[in-house]
Amino acid sequence: VTVRVVCYARIRELVGADAIERTLPVGATVGDCFDDLTREVAGLAELGASTRFVRGTAFVDRATELHDGDELGLLPPFGGG
Amino acid sequence: VFDLVDRPFDMATLVAAVGDLGSGALVTFVGYVRERSDDGRPVTGLHYEAHRELALVELRAVGDDARARFAISRIAIVHRIGELALGEIAVGIAVTAPHRAAAFDACEFAINELKARVPIWKQERYVDGGVRWRENA
Repeated sequence: VTVRVVCYARIRELVGADAIERTLPVGATVGDCFDDLTREVAGLAELGASTRFVRGTAFVDRATELHDGDELGLLPPFGGG
Repeated sequence: VFDLVDRPFDMATLVAAVGDLGSGALVTFVGYVRERSDDGRPVTGLHYEAHRELALVELRAVGDDARARFAISRIAIVHRIGELALGEIAVGIAVTAPHRAAAFDACEFAINELKARVPIWKQERYVDGGVRWRENA
């Protein structure tokens, strides 16, 4: 499955891009996608416990299975208000 | 009114939006840009960004939750994004209720929920040229 990973705020700076494409094995989950990325992006693993994920306009968790064409947003801890 | 805006806004808009003749209390909260960070560094301004679609969904959900928990009439929440100068409003909340206690409680609930669950990020910009992402506890 090929997904578009969209990066926000601190994570965008770590990744060095607004969005990247990732191809993963069929059945891959949100957590698999994130963990895969942490092996290539220095500093991302440290944010793992506090990163939240969005697909479309809904939060999803690490166990959510990804589908071809999904757009997965990586959300670092919030700072609104 | 639940919105993210990229220009300065004024609380009169929110106050007008929650106007209700069944209410006798109106409470507002305004968060605005302070000249120093929590650790005392002089600030020139703030940069806010958001996941717009999800943030709008979550802002409405905060409003729905506030109405479900407290005896309020109407609630409006507006958050600014983009570049903010010192003193500019970052977030505004307005709540009307028949009586004041519910309006105060709902207003505090709404800002706490917003900080915890709405995907908005803040970067402080310092007088010395540095920048830092600031996360809610």
